[in-house]
Amino acid sequence: METVIEIEHLKKSFGSNQVLKDISLTLAKGENLVILGKSGTGKSVLIKCIVGLIIPDEGKLTALQKNILELNTKELNVLRKKIGFLFQSAALYDSMSVKENLEFPLRDLKKLKQDEINIKVIETLQNVGLEEAINKMPSELSGGMRKRIGLARTLILNPEIMLYDEPTTGLDPITSKEISSLILEMQKKFNTASIIITHDIECARITANRVIVLNDGICYAEGTFKELEQSNDEKIRGFFI
Amino acid sequence: MPNTILKYKIIIENVKTSSISNFFKVFFTEVTLITKFTANFFKTLFIPPYEFNELIKQCYIVGCKSLPLVGITGFIMGLVLTIQSRPTLAQFGAESWLPAMVGVSIVREIGPVITALICAGKIGSSIGAELASMKVTEQIDAMEVSGINPFKYIVVTRILATTLMIPLLVIFSDAIALFGSFLAVNIKGDVSFILYFAKVFEKLNFLDLAPSLFKTVFFGFAIGLIGCYKGYNSDKGTQGVGASANSAVVMGSLLVFIIDMIAVQLTSIFT
Repeated sequence: METVIEIEHLKKSFGSNQVLKDISLTLAKGENLVILGKSGTGKSVLIKCIVGLIIPDEGKLTALQKNILELNTKELNVLRKKIGFLFQSAALYDSMSVKENLEFPLRDLKKLKQDEINIKVIETLQNVGLEEAINKMPSELSGGMRKRIGLARTLILNPEIMLYDEPTTGLDPITSKEISSLILEMQKKFNTASIIITHDIECARITANRVIVLNDGICYAEGTFKELEQSNDEKIRGFFI
Repeated sequence: MPNTILKYKIIIENVKTSSISNFFKVFFTEVTLITKFTANFFKTLFIPPYEFNELIKQCYIVGCKSLPLVGITGFIMGLVLTIQSRPTLAQFGAESWLPAMVGVSIVREIGPVITALICAGKIGSSIGAELASMKVTEQIDAMEVSGINPFKYIVVTRILATTLMIPLLVIFSDAIALFGSFLAVNIKGDVSFILYFAKVFEKLNFLDLAPSLFKTVFFGFAIGLIGCYKGYNSDKGTQGVGASANSAVVMGSLLVFIIDMIAVQLTSIFT
């Protein structure tokens, strides 16, 4: 299977705190990889390294056959358009309406006419089931709606890879399940490869093709959800209780 | 750039915890960072694509939305200055000099400086807090991962907007202040509108108007620059938002005075 992300011996420290000690992993096309780990184990740091928001100290990081650490700003921006990133807080632009939020990533695609942009915005909102929110401001949206709009904003560029930073954090169990189902639906619909950072075991159960447990700055365990669920290792079992 | 900032922030934190004797080290580190931020502004300014729509939006926010505050302040400034100066001039029988004196004071110094200070408070704090909260809520990161240069979209447009709008706000404030002064003169006297303004402009020449307007361009640039710098490099958390807004006002106001002092010295050399 084609590999879309390849990470080899990635290391990152903040001052004296070594967050990522030696991370190596791969992500195949169309695969959902869930990363589990305690708070502060560097899960968010890891996905921020993938999009070049944080520069790692050592290691090799390849996404869509491009070595991220060797790209210049222009090349990195081109690559970033192929990688969607859903932030924990959804990170909607407060000063813009939902429509403007969704139009924003399309601003550099000059070939698109306003009519085509409008159609694309409506189609993407339909995909997340929120077409009625098109003219609302982010402050008028609930937590779950914000996450959906955040997801719509990343999906509008038809990314080949999706990175989800704790997509269900702060949501009630029903909305969490809806978001998890939506992640799965997007994977099936667009064949997107995804890395999902989460603490929510139900989200992992629904979305994961493969699970990696991050512990003490390394990939501690790897397997399918069922394999890890049956593990006798205390550090792994802790997540599944 | 973010890594450099992080490096310097670590230096600043280390220095803060050591001793006050390192004050100058902190000061020069901060100056270095602001210089780099300014250099980045000029480097990014001329590289397309140009964000005209965002610039116009920011000009509206900075300019139009500040008009009421700047207008009221200007009006009170002119009124109070006239009422306060009148008795002293009357003692010397020089009441007829009142319009010229108030006009020169307002146009040369009080109008630009007071308006710039008001703008440092209103606009500087607003930019600082807005950018800091954008950083805290990861909106700046979101822009970056969308492949859009957040520095160009957020910082360049805001600095340009303040640089363009503050001179216009100063002209507006000066005009309102002179009108306030005209009303104050007419509380105890009877001077026609035309005569009053004829007296004002009789004593105002190019060397009064040009330098005072020219320095407001720098006031605007400094207010925008400091607001953006403090907000863009804010610490995470709500405390960081408050601190950014606060230091944007303090440093912006201080810079207004420093620029004014330099401008006065330079003007006195050439006149």
